[in-house]
Amino acid sequence: MSKGQLPRWVDYGVLPALNLLAAFIISGLVVVVIGEDPFEAVKWLVWGALGYGEGIGYTLYYATNFIFTGLAVAVAFHAGLFNIGGEGQAYVGGLGIALVCLAMDRFVPWWVTFPFAIIGGAVFGAAWAFIPGYLQAKRGSHIVITTIMFNFIASALMVYLLSNILIPQGTMSPSSRNFEAGGQLPLLRNVFTSFDFGQSPVNLAFFLALAVCVVVWLLIWHTKLGYEIRSFGANPDAAAYAGISPVRITVVTMLISGALAGLMGINVVMGEQTRLLLDFAGGAGFVGIAVALMGRGHPIGIILASMLFGLLYQGGAELAFEIPTISRDMIVVIQALVILFAGALEHMFRPAVVAFFDRFSSDTAEA
Amino acid sequence: MLDTIILVLDSTFRLSTPLLFACLAGLFSERSGIVDIGLEGKILGAAFAAAAAAYVFQSPWIGLLAGIMVSVMLALVHGYASISQRGNQVVSGVAINFLAAGLTVLLGQAWFSQGGRTPALSPATRFESITLPFADTLANVPVLGPIYANLISGHNILVYASFAAVPLTWWIIFRTRFGLRLRAVGENPSAADTAGLSVTLLRYRATIICGILCGFSGAYLSVAQGAGFIKDMSAGKGFIALAALIFAKWKPVNAMFTCLLFGFLDALAIRLQGQEIPGIGEVPVQVFQALPYVLTVVLLAGFIGRAIPPKASGIPYVKERT
Repeated sequence: MSKGQLPRWVDYGVLPALNLLAAFIISGLVVVVIGEDPFEAVKWLVWGALGYGEGIGYTLYYATNFIFTGLAVAVAFHAGLFNIGGEGQAYVGGLGIALVCLAMDRFVPWWVTFPFAIIGGAVFGAAWAFIPGYLQAKRGSHIVITTIMFNFIASALMVYLLSNILIPQGTMSPSSRNFEAGGQLPLLRNVFTSFDFGQSPVNLAFFLALAVCVVVWLLIWHTKLGYEIRSFGANPDAAAYAGISPVRITVVTMLISGALAGLMGINVVMGEQTRLLLDFAGGAGFVGIAVALMGRGHPIGIILASMLFGLLYQGGAELAFEIPTISRDMIVVIQALVILFAGALEHMFRPAVVAFFDRFSSDTAEA
Repeated sequence: MLDTIILVLDSTFRLSTPLLFACLAGLFSERSGIVDIGLEGKILGAAFAAAAAAYVFQSPWIGLLAGIMVSVMLALVHGYASISQRGNQVVSGVAINFLAAGLTVLLGQAWFSQGGRTPALSPATRFESITLPFADTLANVPVLGPIYANLISGHNILVYASFAAVPLTWWIIFRTRFGLRLRAVGENPSAADTAGLSVTLLRYRATIICGILCGFSGAYLSVAQGAGFIKDMSAGKGFIALAALIFAKWKPVNAMFTCLLFGFLDALAIRLQGQEIPGIGEVPVQVFQALPYVLTVVLLAGFIGRAIPPKASGIPYVKERT
């Protein structure tokens, strides 16, 4: 191993752990500042997320959302694209899922609706990512800016659709009608009755998320397209010389990314709410950024990071109930610090760790 | 009719002000080569700090100062991540936005126990409207009188400050040595470095100015336009300002007109809510809400002119080593 390089286990294990530790230490300080005991807070957080069946169910439910949005951000990262629009793509993807469910739920059982809903969510999510992707590829409009703009446009569009078109007659709250049984995914508490999931909404979408992880892993590391995506992300010029079309890769990657984000609605719209609600994505698209950064773009990492954020979201709700001064906004703070330390400041500890290992390896070389 | 027009234009000014401050803030930052997605977070942080300090110290000026301080602190975090650590500037900006969104409500709840709000500010602890000289006496002059008395006069001092900041920004960016160097660092940092300028120092100064201006924007929201902090009160203004900056092609005077346009759309949306426009019918309010974003995307796509950012924006500068 040459000087200045780190073994893989340090690069993928120790450094992310250090970054995460820094984020948690600062979060702990924030808890101290508002006058509470951070260790007490951690205790409630972990108990709320993992201490009983319903908590575990909710943790898995939230994690499912983050796996989808995390994969969406990660796939774009592999092509060197920063898709901030996961939130909008998930929102519009939910519309696709809801339209399928509304059309089919009265006529067929859920397992017939399910594949069509997956297609609906993926197609709508991909469509919402297509324009920013196309504009980036063809006209050089920066994808970060356009995807942000598309989040806001999606929000305005959905408010209009929900409060004017999809709203059932005679109701006031902007949402679609409830899906019948044919548009509802089975909840795990009804499938695995031996385990007590309480009233938690974790549903079959969890397994879909895991399956999608495998698909993404195969796609990125074991197909020609995945190779092209990674080549383009590592060095666009070299990729272009190798005959990889930048336009094609940019657009295709954004379509995949948008489709993955769009699938999030399967969990929320078809699994939990069984109707299309205002703002159902609730920031999960942005959590995807933190998840993708923490998981280093790898499906295994993303599953682990999603579990961690699922734990934080569920445990945070429980924590806010037990210690009301620490409201659920604490989770947003932790999320921000994770993005800061695992993302923007990811190399902060690197020089120190490299120096440490260099000393270590030179010692052994002499001996 | 004139009254209605004046009314809409009047609220246009009020709604443009926070956008204008934030837009000029982004201008300084991006001209120096630092992309700033975190305008929104800085505005929000400043709004909270300003409202909290104005309430505790019973003074809008101390509020403004506190807002600026918090905003500059957030700007320095962004600066440290993107200049010193050469991290991803977009990621850092996203982190700043979440940090502000979470911390403001968390601390607000812990300190004031009003669901994340700060206590309502009395008129004496806010920036109040200023009546310009002769506004009352001239109010009866036809046409010009109402325009002067109702449109130009009667805003708080921050509104005037934001419009005064436009020529000032133009002068700093295009007519001072500092401005020239700032632009040089944003276009070609290695050339500037070769000429003996410190890229790091210049970019830090730009981010600090960005923080100060975002501080004004946030303080305006909570201490001038509103009377206290409300959760998520910036409501995407930082992103509209970012859109306006692109729309204005990174030029101060263009920025003013763009912010006025976006403010006007906002004012129009409020005015037209639930009303029929002759010949078109009722226009959904969401159309006006989405219009700034749609216009920006159309501009970015190059269908109306071309928006070309400063060449080095978003790229961390790595000094060459021998």
